[in-house]
Amino acid sequence: MRGALSGLSSTSWISTFLKRPGRWKTACRGVLSVSHSQARALVAGSGSVPPAGSNFRSGARRECLPEALLVPWTSSVRFPSTRSDREDCPPRLPVSRICVLLPLAVRRLIWKPVREGESTPPRCELQNMGHYSALAVAMEAFREHRGWKRVWRSPEPRRRYDVIIVGAGGHGLATAYYLGKNHGITNVAVLEKGWLGGGNTGRNTTIIRSNYLQDASAAIYEKARALYETLSQDLNYNVMFSPRGVLMLAQTEHEVRGYRRTAHANALQGVETEFIEPGRVKELCPIIEVRGPRYPVLGALWQPRGGTARHDAVAWGYARRCSQMGMDIIQKCEVTGIRTAGGEVSGVATTRGDIDCGKLGIVVAGHSGHLANMAGFRLPVESVALQALVSEPIKPCMDVVVMANTVHGYMSQSDKGEMVIGGGADGFVNYTQRGSFSHIEETVRALVETFPMISRLKMLRHWGGIVDMTGDRSPILSRTPVGNLFMNCGWGTGGFKSIPGSGWGFAELMAKGESPLCAEFGLDRFREGRFIDESVAAGVAH
Amino acid sequence: MLILTCPCCGIRCDETELAPGGEAHLKRFGPGSSDEEFEDYLFMRANPMGVHFERWLHVYGCGKWFHAARNTVTLEVYGTYPAQVHAPPQEIRDMISTRVPGWRWKDDS
Ligand SMILES: Cc1cc2nc3c(=O)[nH]c(=O)nc-3n(C[C@H](O)[C@H](O)[C@H](O)COP(=O)(O)OP(=O)(O)OC[C@H]3O[C@@H](n4cnc5c(N)ncnc54)[C@H](O)[C@@H]3O)c2cc1C
Ligand SMILES: [Zn+2]
Repeated sequence: MRGALSGLSSTSWISTFLKRPGRWKTACRGVLSVSHSQARALVAGSGSVPPAGSNFRSGARRECLPEALLVPWTSSVRFPSTRSDREDCPPRLPVSRICVLLPLAVRRLIWKPVREGESTPPRCELQNMGHYSALAVAMEAFREHRGWKRVWRSPEPRRRYDVIIVGAGGHGLATAYYLGKNHGITNVAVLEKGWLGGGNTGRNTTIIRSNYLQDASAAIYEKARALYETLSQDLNYNVMFSPRGVLMLAQTEHEVRGYRRTAHANALQGVETEFIEPGRVKELCPIIEVRGPRYPVLGALWQPRGGTARHDAVAWGYARRCSQMGMDIIQKCEVTGIRTAGGEVSGVATTRGDIDCGKLGIVVAGHSGHLANMAGFRLPVESVALQALVSEPIKPCMDVVVMANTVHGYMSQSDKGEMVIGGGADGFVNYTQRGSFSHIEETVRALVETFPMISRLKMLRHWGGIVDMTGDRSPILSRTPVGNLFMNCGWGTGGFKSIPGSGWGFAELMAKGESPLCAEFGLDRFREGRFIDESVAAGVAH
Repeated sequence: MLILTCPCCGIRCDETELAPGGEAHLKRFGPGSSDEEFEDYLFMRANPMGVHFERWLHVYGCGKWFHAARNTVTLEVYGTYPAQVHAPPQEIRDMISTRVPGWRWKDDS
């Protein structure tokens, strides 16, 4: 077929061909197997392979896409006008329709010549809002995957929003998403000074677990972990949640006792964990050296449904859904001031002008203290650097996440094969998002004892993020001294795992003024001495 | 990597030789203070983007505490000075003023 098609030289050949219905099947197969340039030629209707750089801009592409094909896909995707509309947007594409549409589509692909300057129907713009599916991928293949559109819109800021969220990291975007999904509030803007997910969300080592000691922590982290289980389906975006299991190694007698206690607490909280013996650890992770002598493995706290997810995808997936709900995600828009009137927030000053709002949610991790200063209050938070590094990619050698908290090191293997390694946080205030060699040395020196095989690995990249550490190492999801201004921060070294739960609770807090998930995490706990002391309980980074 | 000169023994040490001790020049509140003062002293921190004063312990050296004036955004070190003071010495303040025009020590305002 390839040969036959490359020999095409005139449109008349095509029309003759199309008049013989018996050859439809072959034609379809042919379209699928032609090379890119040949396919272009076909679509353009010229019949001959065009020179590189000819009229195949994406605009032209879109026009030649059969409308019949677009309609059924976009019909499930139009901007929903009412809430009930929004709640169920199932993919609607019955097989019968495919059977009718596919031949039509192919015919249209072959027949319709590209006309320069022809206006594109607006629904094409909404194609990006479409439902992702295997079928969508197959259909896109017909146009060389040029039809995929931007995943979220980049609008100009409006004058006013009901709710403004500062910070388009995972927590900010999840908050916006659940504001819309659970509370019907969609007149929302998410303002981001850099690019979406460019803060800690895009810099973390993606460990997800919920084996905390204190009840309040277990509740919110387990809520988050449970939401992660179905997040890809909820968002219709593959966040690559991989519940491969998390091992927290006990390498001192003290840790053994601590983790046994946590396992009991988890049993009461309904979080599935188990304390396991060294033999089982070795079984689950054969590359581990359990005998020591420097750091023997005496057991581990095992959470089989913990794991990892793809960090960027979490941010992108939430952003896409927020955009679909009509929310504005505005990047390169730094908040430089917070305006108040009569003790209540009235808006923000940004590098792209002033914007008014009814309610303001500040979700900026390491920059929380800075934003609180703008609003005129202080936080029990210090911002320090936390860093990580990855090795060259190697063959699969470890299918669990291992954390060694005594030595402040942890490791997992990414889908690309890189060993992802993290260490402890710095002890001094720093806003540079840079790592330091002393930390690499400290982390790797200790991990090599437990994983002797990594001694021969080359390390490829190394980076830092600025994490927000509170006095008791637990987060703050709270009202503030300023009316209608809410603060979500203090996730420190371990907030990726909590993104869905935090967004869920914080959205409820912002919408209703209170949320059971957030109740214990108020700012007032520091004055009242009601700490959620995970720093002593777990003593763990991340 | 952070390199600070210990004013007590004069050694130029990198951060692995030191232990960080948090924000400097905090006013200590104890028994008899209000809840608010106590909370402030224990938990609230300046956490500034820019000029910052900190306590450091020369832990793998002379074992003494000292203070450092540093920029948290550029990592520039303005100087170190002994811990037995309530405010940064004048020469450190002058140094910062030349590097960060418009900067003032909080008690001056
Ligand atoms: C190296 C490293 C490893 C980690 N490993 C793990 C892990 O394994 N598991 C885990 O659960 N957690 C981990 N964490 C922690 C986790 O990354 C964070 O807790 C989490 O990503 C915080 O998300 P966020 O949305 O609150 O903040 P961010 O993702 O940092 O988002 C805040 C956003 O606010 C923006 N912003 C700041 N100031 C302004 C302003 N003035 N105007 C507008 N926008 C502004 C920033 O640009 C940023 O994009 C790790 C962190 C680091 C640095
Ligand atoms: Zn010294």
